[in-house]
Amino acid sequence: MTALLRSAKSLLLLEFVSGLWLTLRYVFRPKATLNYPYEKGPVSPRFRGEHALRRYPNGEERCIACKLCEAVCPAQAITIEAEPRADGSRRTTRYDIDMTKCIYCGLCQEACPVDAIVETPNFEFSVETREELIYTKDKLLANGEKWERAIAANIAADAEYR
Amino acid sequence: MSSLGSAGAAWTAEDTIDVLPAKDGNEIQNYMINFGPQHPAAHGVLRLVMELDGEIIERCDPHIGLLHRGTEKLIEYKTYLQALPYMDRLDYVSPMCMEHSYVLAVEKLAGIEVPLRAKYIRTMFAEITRILNHILNTTAHAMDVGAMTPMLWLFEEREKLMEFYERVSGARFHAAWFRPGGVHQDLPAGMLEDIAAWCDGFPRLLDEFQGLVADNRIFKQRNVDIGVISKDDAINWGFTGPCIRASGVAWDLRKAQPYDAYHLVDFNVPVSNDGDCYARFMVRMEEMRESVKIIRQCVRDMPAGPHITENRKVAPPSRREMKRSMEALIHHFKLYTEGLHVPAGEAYVATESPKGEFGIYLVADGTNKPWRCHIRATGMAHLQAMDFLCKGHLLADAPAVLGSLDIVFGEVDR
Repeated sequence: MTALLRSAKSLLLLEFVSGLWLTLRYVFRPKATLNYPYEKGPVSPRFRGEHALRRYPNGEERCIACKLCEAVCPAQAITIEAEPRADGSRRTTRYDIDMTKCIYCGLCQEACPVDAIVETPNFEFSVETREELIYTKDKLLANGEKWERAIAANIAADAEYR
Repeated sequence: MSSLGSAGAAWTAEDTIDVLPAKDGNEIQNYMINFGPQHPAAHGVLRLVMELDGEIIERCDPHIGLLHRGTEKLIEYKTYLQALPYMDRLDYVSPMCMEHSYVLAVEKLAGIEVPLRAKYIRTMFAEITRILNHILNTTAHAMDVGAMTPMLWLFEEREKLMEFYERVSGARFHAAWFRPGGVHQDLPAGMLEDIAAWCDGFPRLLDEFQGLVADNRIFKQRNVDIGVISKDDAINWGFTGPCIRASGVAWDLRKAQPYDAYHLVDFNVPVSNDGDCYARFMVRMEEMRESVKIIRQCVRDMPAGPHITENRKVAPPSRREMKRSMEALIHHFKLYTEGLHVPAGEAYVATESPKGEFGIYLVADGTNKPWRCHIRATGMAHLQAMDFLCKGHLLADAPAVLGSLDIVFGEVDR
């Protein structure tokens, strides 16, 4: 009896029919795809994207050149040089991140004691040459200004877990 | 499992009749082809040098090393924390399971106590990773033998799982989230509810996928009795994970030597006796269902408490603490410059990664860097058996065998 049933199933192409029926039902279901770049998926407050250097609300740089990020970076992508400024405070004279080396592990922002170096929620920073991916201090500070609202909101949203 | 007729499993050159005998006594030579390294069915940068007799594979020689990055050597120059992100990049299809072995090895060496909540979180995410890996493998396996649709459908589920990854760690793949002593950040509010909701919907999709593919006669003709490996051969070739379970050996490190919270959850180990590509596929399908069971139990039993050890010589203090206490600030600076010091000794820790036994052998010399780190890659053992499995099969069966072995080159080449 089972053999008969199996050969009947086989002859009637039942598994194909049920498969096609399934695909037909999927045609009428809502689409799962997003129309990127007009639509984007959700991004959590912890997202680790492009780097930025932040400033305090009064315009002072946060970075105090403690070089923790340089020390912890597993890919050795960060280069810092520092000396005392005219007013005696310790600041960086050079802060470079080689974005081609960076592995986006987030250890720099974890290590930073003053929340100066952060990874912004920005993931769209492709460029056409490798030179443009060597980020200098100016570029990083400019990123910070551009993304400050998003960064501050993310840090506030995640404050409980940090 | 039912068995359909094989498509040339037992064919050898002797079975064929030579209708065009070579003239002038010249012998017709077998010819060699390169399968890969840029072949869409080669699962990464695998180069298989194949000796063919017509369409039958006489010899199959995997050439590896095209993705070699020297991870083992690199780790000797990194602190224990810095070495962690490199683990993600081994088997990049199941990143958290790679971290799992590493953090367990460091914990074993340094004798670090892990809070129960952290154990549950890690178990839960190891199982999420298992589903992530198996979705890719089963759908890619189906695509290798001609079924495109499942990959497009189930990638939506992978997307949801990667969103969970992103919400906890900030990265969709290279999480660097498991840390010696626990996990880096606690689960955000609402996370457990979302994971539970996902668990409710997923098994139905899995049933649809299985109905579409596993019962299909074309899929069966391409997989049943292809690449058969017996129980003894599977053990001798060093198979682990779903590949050895498909050959009838009920061997699962989660049961054999439970780590983290695996002794606290209830699950079954799917086993098949066929040992062919179809059995390996079906074992993975069942494993996904068991993983959903484990995730549900983790969500249900997740205790409150710290997500990482309170030992400040191992895990950095929270930001709030670091800003207020001098001692905490010193710990913060010490941990992010020197890192944790691990007493001299050696440890081998193996976990059941989605692909099989993934082991980390660490030798510590008492400094802040490992003296040696050996990575026991699962795929390496499986890839060695390619010649054994493919011999006598048709060329078209090679992608099916390769797909069923679940090889990822980040891990094989290290």
